[in-house]
Amino acid sequence: MTSHPPVKDATRRAFLARTGVLIVTFPLSPFPVAAQDGASTAKLPGSLNAMPFLDAWIRIDAQGTVTLFTGKAELGQGVKTALLALAAEELAIAPQRIALVTADTGRTPNEGYTAGSNSMKDSGTAIQNAAAQVREILIARASDKLGVPVERLVAKDGSVVADDGRRIGFGELVGEGFARVRAQPQSKLKDPSRYTVVGTPLPRIDIPAKVSGGAAYVQDVRMPGMLHARVVFPPSYGARLRDANIDGAAKLPGVVKIVREGSVLATVAEREFQAIRAMRELAASAHWDEHAALPQGDVYAALLALPSDTSVNADTHTATLSAAKIIEATYRRAYQMHGAIGPSCAVGLLKDDALTVWTHSQGVYPLRAALAELLRMPPERVRCIHAEGSGCYGHNGADDAAAHAALLARAVPGRPVRVQWMREQEHLFEPYGPAMITKVRGGLAADGSIVDWAFDVWSNSHSTRPGGAGNLMPAWYLDPPLQQPVPKPIPMPEGGGDRNSIPLYTLPSLRVVHHFIPDMPVRVSALRGLGAYMNVFSIESFIDELALAAGADPVAFRLRHLQDRRARDVVSAAAMRFGWEGFRPRRGLGRGFAFARYKNLGAYCAIAAEVAVDHETGRARLVRAAAAIDSGQAVNPDGLRNQVEGGIVQSMSWTLFEAVRFDATRIHSFDWSAYPIARFDDIPDRVDVDVIDRPGQPFLGTGEAAQGPTAAAIANAVANATGVRLRDLPLTRERVKAAIGV
Amino acid sequence: MMDLRVNGTVYAVDADPDTPLLYVLRDHLGLDGAKFGCGLGQCGACTVIVDGKAIFSCITPISVLGGRTIRTIEGLGSADNPGPLQRAFIDEQAAQCGYCIAGMIMRAQALLDANPSPSDAEIRRHMMPNLCRCGTHMRILRAVHRAAKPAANAAADARKPGSGA
Amino acid sequence: MNGRLATQAVIATLLSACAGIGAPRTPHAAPGAPVTFERAEVVRGAALAALGNCRTCHTAEGAAAYAGGRALSTPFGTIYSTNLTPDPETGIGRWSVDDFRRALHEGLSRRGRQLYPAFPYDHFTRVTDDDVAALYAFVMTREPVRARRPPNRLMFPANVRPLLAVWKWLYFEPGRFVAHPDRSAEWNRGAYLVEGLAHCGACHTPRNAAGAEKKDEPFAGGEAEGWHAPALSSASRAPVPWTTQALYAYLRTGFDAEHGLAAGPMAPVAESLATVPDADVRAIATYLGERDGAPRAPAEAAADRVASADEAAGGIVFAGACATCHHSSDALPGVKPVPLAITSSVNDPTPRNALRIVSEGLHPDSGEAGARMPGFAGELTDAQIVAVVQYLRAHFSDRPPWNDVDETLRRIRKEDER
Repeated sequence: MTSHPPVKDATRRAFLARTGVLIVTFPLSPFPVAAQDGASTAKLPGSLNAMPFLDAWIRIDAQGTVTLFTGKAELGQGVKTALLALAAEELAIAPQRIALVTADTGRTPNEGYTAGSNSMKDSGTAIQNAAAQVREILIARASDKLGVPVERLVAKDGSVVADDGRRIGFGELVGEGFARVRAQPQSKLKDPSRYTVVGTPLPRIDIPAKVSGGAAYVQDVRMPGMLHARVVFPPSYGARLRDANIDGAAKLPGVVKIVREGSVLATVAEREFQAIRAMRELAASAHWDEHAALPQGDVYAALLALPSDTSVNADTHTATLSAAKIIEATYRRAYQMHGAIGPSCAVGLLKDDALTVWTHSQGVYPLRAALAELLRMPPERVRCIHAEGSGCYGHNGADDAAAHAALLARAVPGRPVRVQWMREQEHLFEPYGPAMITKVRGGLAADGSIVDWAFDVWSNSHSTRPGGAGNLMPAWYLDPPLQQPVPKPIPMPEGGGDRNSIPLYTLPSLRVVHHFIPDMPVRVSALRGLGAYMNVFSIESFIDELALAAGADPVAFRLRHLQDRRARDVVSAAAMRFGWEGFRPRRGLGRGFAFARYKNLGAYCAIAAEVAVDHETGRARLVRAAAAIDSGQAVNPDGLRNQVEGGIVQSMSWTLFEAVRFDATRIHSFDWSAYPIARFDDIPDRVDVDVIDRPGQPFLGTGEAAQGPTAAAIANAVANATGVRLRDLPLTRERVKAAIGV
Repeated sequence: MMDLRVNGTVYAVDADPDTPLLYVLRDHLGLDGAKFGCGLGQCGACTVIVDGKAIFSCITPISVLGGRTIRTIEGLGSADNPGPLQRAFIDEQAAQCGYCIAGMIMRAQALLDANPSPSDAEIRRHMMPNLCRCGTHMRILRAVHRAAKPAANAAADARKPGSGA
Repeated sequence: MNGRLATQAVIATLLSACAGIGAPRTPHAAPGAPVTFERAEVVRGAALAALGNCRTCHTAEGAAAYAGGRALSTPFGTIYSTNLTPDPETGIGRWSVDDFRRALHEGLSRRGRQLYPAFPYDHFTRVTDDDVAALYAFVMTREPVRARRPPNRLMFPANVRPLLAVWKWLYFEPGRFVAHPDRSAEWNRGAYLVEGLAHCGACHTPRNAAGAEKKDEPFAGGEAEGWHAPALSSASRAPVPWTTQALYAYLRTGFDAEHGLAAGPMAPVAESLATVPDADVRAIATYLGERDGAPRAPAEAAADRVASADEAAGGIVFAGACATCHHSSDALPGVKPVPLAITSSVNDPTPRNALRIVSEGLHPDSGEAGARMPGFAGELTDAQIVAVVQYLRAHFSDRPPWNDVDETLRRIRKEDER
């Protein structure tokens, strides 16, 4: 890799381009490029900071085709379209003329995981700035070619146009390595008031193929000579395979190989149903030694009894302030699952000592490192290419399926091997969102304001992603097994189990403590929102309990304690859209409100909910919801609305129905019958989402903003409808009925 | 070998008779629209239309399909030339990850073929066998309404709050 | 059905004789001051209502609880359940506790009209006055709902309400439950509940042409809402006898490992019984458990048969459509329905339940965990459903093959059209 001195102005760049000195190489380094050799150490925008060369992000060929590269992955959140919009805006070219390459260790920058609602902040910012800077390079080159000063040139429709009407297409301006330059800390970004693409409801580029059966997913990857594989899973965590009729299974029709490595057992066949049949037969003959020990009885008491590491996230506690009224509450949340509609899948090919894996992992670079470690190969010989899976909502089985594909590709070198997990396997072995406990204590002054607040949260880790091979589940069943590393908490301000544990309200005295429990009797990792779902549920439920004790309206009470203008704006907007003032609750029909700023750094979201509770069955139903969202500059407002609507519906399902069940050895939630989620008759009558656009403001991640507020708004509405306060998630009909009685 | 009539074309398929239609569509005929979601008839990602009824292709062995008419999402239209219902889904941007959508469209198509002007309640009830994990339901409902013919009686039939919650 | 025509003739002849027979009318109760009830009484009434499963019949699909309007199919046509909420106009808001008691004990409305025995007062007549009062406290504290039920659609002579006096004279014996002094308290409690509120015989006892339970064949099997209600007596065909423990598990949880699931109309019964005092379910199980304690009569030996081509075809369907869930091994962790060989639907004298389950599937309430099976009415043609059901019988039961599978399916299709 050749390094170049930083290029500080347009003429120098143009000079270098003319002389063709710049050489195009593209680093295949798995590691982000660090700032080097006395170059400017000013921070670069977004992910440019780690990958500062512009051509890591944007390439333009001689035909004028623009190719955009992002280290982020499309998870169904519409990120591809949003990134295209940003580039299209800055480059002044129609989005349809831009090709986008996502998450591929062979081609794109390393942007870690597509997670934490950081894609727009990291990748969007990088691409927006890179596009603006590439545009200026093109204009500089055009200036040179046309002999016209840059002030008289604009980029338009894929060309640079002079004010005398002459134009040069982008394709004629590029040359070898024209964008092989380091990014500058500042870019000439387009004035938001002149946006023609960003901020408009741009149709998603991936939807037409998705509604017509176009090959769109990792599950649809097909290659010549591809084999089909199915894994025989253990019956419970940590089970060891004693024996199975491998010889018999190997003789079944179409079976190419039965693979056994320790307790990892799989069938590989020419045809998919042959692999499935062989898996069933093999599973029927398999004998396992089980010794899982899952928490029994009161799971929460069991968790609280485990050792924990305490950290104080906030402490402005003042003993001098005295409260006229003190209330306390404890909240609980069950283990909940991602439940991706498409069980995990991956295709692996080991050829000429190089491994390629097509995967829907959220982090192709970390996965590559983990697979290299697993197979004891140099990372440069491993390539991970993202292909979309179904919505994953966090760390599900995707990385594990990739590990299966890698192991099986190694067992059958030279032929692509497609591994598809079954529904039960995804349900039973995916890492769940952790069960959590919170305890809140609040004090009210005589004037009804909050004077004291203490919040404690107990939780397992919310991130056990690879990382290393030790976090790949199949590795725990090899012989010898790899050990799962001891997890470490994600530090604040992002946080894991303590994400959103600090309220945004202005509280004169505040203490927030995180109790991190490293022991994980049930497999857990990141589920959309991480700790924010439960912490916002707890905080916003408790705020309502305080409001009730103060005799205050829940919305007014929140506004009383909120200084942040953008927070106040979403609260007011949601309340207005809902018709908060005019709503009349009655027995069985109530309203509830909640607000949070995701991570206290991300999008602002307020939700008002109307919930009906059937007195006879205890069944609660979300009748309608009104939400307001502020994500900063709204790149695709319809995309934001889609994410918030979806987050509300999904969170409603978690909140009313979902809890993973298990006995002393085995998980019981093996399919949709055992772990039901919302169906069409649970869907609300209407969901309104108002997007508050803040042109020019930084992008704020939206994908996880609605989860927590929805839970609290529903719980608050149930309390309003029935007069009883429920604090255990999920708010099942049994629990509601038990609370409301006959 | 057996013949299967899919989207108007007869294919000679070389697969064991107990093979579920889903795998034949995807692996033998290259029709990847129908998806594997559960293989248990619980989620509807595999939904196709047989003899006018929306069915789960994951639990339908091809042995029962001789002489019957099979329609898949590919038969409704393409990305460049979408059919009316697909067009409605595009216009409503009724997808997030989109994995459930082909199944949703086929389920809805069967309804519209039998009942061109369904009420909101009828659409919801009809779509019950299909799951969406991303929470795209509101848009899916809007898309189906959009593709439906307006009813002769144009009064809205919004569900009344408190009715049999 | 000669018996039926004869009965109709007799009834018609008696028409004139009935003219003078009627119950004294009670005057309209003035809408008095609202009565309040002790909470403990309401709670007791709730449990009794769950034992009687009042809500299932008195609630239309998707509509407000207890507001009536649910269609009940009978051999005489369709009856709609009444509004049991305390709405003064359309419900029983004006009924006194005496009115309520008369309905349960004598089958008469507040105004003295005959009630159809689709409302099983032939069982509810056993209920004590105290329990009636508790039930009254419960229904009168429900949410009043204004709802009128659709008019009944009954054929002659069933649509002539006063003729029910004759029916009662022939078949109805009002009277409270009388305990058996030589049996245990638990047994007597079970008998009281089963013969009374729980009205098990209303489905599980066969009926005569006039629609009355055959007193000499208690629990010998009946039909309800298009499903076969299997025999609970020694006439039971269950391969494994129903012990008290099995009955308790089944009624309490909706599942027993040696008998299978509570499906069809039994599903809401089991759901209801999950909410009542445990001792009451034990008592019911004790009382009923005795009835099927007799040693199993050996199954009639199935003649040695060569599997027909149809059965082979059924076997392929089974492998592709059913075996994913209905396999015989522990192949996939978690997915393990009860072995088909021990289920009642495969062993019943009629293929009716097997046909319904294969066609319609099993669907728990949305959001509730529970056995979920897709229905195959779209995936399989009727002929294919018949073939697979015949395969199930041949492959999983020792009993002789059903010879009316086709006809039963046709009847089912017709019933569902109505």
